Amino acid sequence: MSNVPADLLYTKTHEWVRKLPDGAVEIGITDHAQHALGDLVFVEVPESGRKVTLGEACAVVESVKAASDVYTPVAGEVTEGNALLASEPEAVNTDPYGKGWLMRLRPTATVDLMSPVDYQKLLQAEGG
Amino acid sequence: MGLRTPLFELHRELGARIVDFGGWDMPVQYTSQIDEHHSVRRAAGIFDVSHMCVVDLRGARVRAFLRKLLANDVGKLKLAGKALYSCMLNESGGVIDDLIVYFMNESWFRAVVNAGTRDKDLAWIRAQAREFDVQVQERIDFAMVAIQGPQARAKTATLLSASGAEAALALKPFFGVEVDGTFVARTGYTGEDGFEWMMPSESAVRVWRELNAKGVVSCGLGARDTLRLEAGMNLYGNDMDEKTHPFESGLAWTVAMEPRERHFIGREALEAILAERTASHTGRELIGLILEERGVLRSHQRVQLPGGAAGETTSGTFSPTLERSIALARVPASDAQRVQVDIRGKLLNARVVKPPFVRFGQPMMAIPEITR
Repeated sequence: MSNVPADLLYTKTHEWVRKLPDGAVEIGITDHAQHALGDLVFVEVPESGRKVTLGEACAVVESVKAASDVYTPVAGEVTEGNALLASEPEAVNTDPYGKGWLMRLRPTATVDLMSPVDYQKLLQAEGG
Repeated sequence: MGLRTPLFELHRELGARIVDFGGWDMPVQYTSQIDEHHSVRRAAGIFDVSHMCVVDLRGARVRAFLRKLLANDVGKLKLAGKALYSCMLNESGGVIDDLIVYFMNESWFRAVVNAGTRDKDLAWIRAQAREFDVQVQERIDFAMVAIQGPQARAKTATLLSASGAEAALALKPFFGVEVDGTFVARTGYTGEDGFEWMMPSESAVRVWRELNAKGVVSCGLGARDTLRLEAGMNLYGNDMDEKTHPFESGLAWTVAMEPRERHFIGREALEAILAERTASHTGRELIGLILEERGVLRSHQRVQLPGGAAGETTSGTFSPTLERSIALARVPASDAQRVQVDIRGKLLNARVVKPPFVRFGQPMMAIPEITR
C-alpha cells in the first residue's frame, strides 16, 4: 500500500506538490512512483533560475530498469534543484516526500491538482 | 495471462513484481534489484530459469548432427558432462539463437535454448534433425533454477545426498552431472561461480524454500540482467539476432572455423564475411563502454566515434558493482579509446573497455572518476 500524505497535492502522473510558507512550492515523485521505478541510480534536476512551463519535462529519474521524465504541474522559476540527489539518488526511494524532493520553484501558474483522497482513488483504479 | 513456471505461485507469495518476458510471467524483482545483485556478487542468490527450454537430442548420429547445426564444434566435447556454448546460425551467418549443449553420452546431448526463441529454435532443430535421424524431445517436465555466487555451490550441496553432493562439488567449471534424479551443472550467467540445476517440476518449490532458509536470496530477472552485463555476456535479441553475425557480436571465440572440413550451417557465409573484413579492414565489432559522467546508458543510444563514424549501444545499464553505467555497443571497428554517447540529446563521454566488466566479484578495469 502506497503512502499518500494528507498534507500534499498530487498529479495523475504521480508527482506531489507541497506549498511552502514563503509561497514557493516543492515538487517530487510519489511513493507509488518510486516503488514502480525501483532502485534509483541517477536523478537529474533543473538548475535554479530556469523557467519552466506547465507540463514541461524538467527532471529525469532513472532506475536500474528505466528512465522516466518528471513533468512539472507548476509553471514558474526554479529556485533550487535538490543537490543531494547527485550523490544520493536513492533518497527518492527511501524518503520520497522528504529528503527525496526534486525541485523548488516560485509558481506563476498551476494545473488542477488532485487531493490526497482523489490520488488514493487513482492508485486503487490503477491497481496499485 | 502468460506462461507460468512451477515456481510462479511461490514468486507471488514472496512478493515478486511479475513482468512478461518472452511470453512468460516472470519475477523481475522481489525487494530491491540492487540488493539482489549484490547478494550474488557477495554470497548467493537463486533465479528461476524454468522458462528456458531444455531439449534432449538422442540418436546414434547426434554428434554429427550437432557438428552441422552449431557454429562451435561439439567435436571438442570428449568427457561426459562437458558443456559448450555456441551460436546456432542460419545460412547467412545470422544468429538464430545462442545456447549451451551438454555431452551426456555418445547418443545423447542436452541443449538449453532461450525462452523467447523456443518455437523457432525447435522448428529449426527438428527440420535439421531429420536427415540425421535424431530425436528432439523438449523436457517440459523439468524446472530449472540457477544458484549463483561465491557461496552458491556449498549451499546447494547441502540439499543433495552425500554421494550427490560429492559429485556436484567435484564438477569442474562448465561440466554437469546427473545426481539424485536431477541434473546439476557448474554453469551460469552472472560471472560468478555456481550451479544451474534441472529437476522434476514438483521439486522446485521445496528446493527454493530450503535454499532461502539457508540464506540464498531470491533474485529476479532484473538482477540477472545487470549481473550478465557486468559479466560481459550477450543477451539474445539485444546484442545479437538473425540480422547480425558472431564476428560483429563479440562471439568470434565461439565459432570454430577449424577443422576446415566441418560444414556447419552458416560456414560459407562466415568465410565470405571474414574474407571481406580482412580485405577491406572494415566491419563492425561489439565493444564495452563505461560512462565517465553521470547518467545511465541504455540500448539503442547513438555512439559517436572520434572520426565521425557511429554505431549504437545494444545493452546498457547501471552497474551496481562499479557504481557506473556500462554498455555493450556495436560500432565500426576502430582503435578509439573514448567515444561519446547520445543520451537524450546530450553527448556524454564513455571509455572503451574490453568486457567482462566484473568477474568473481571484482572489477576488471579501473573505474573512471565521474567528471560531471
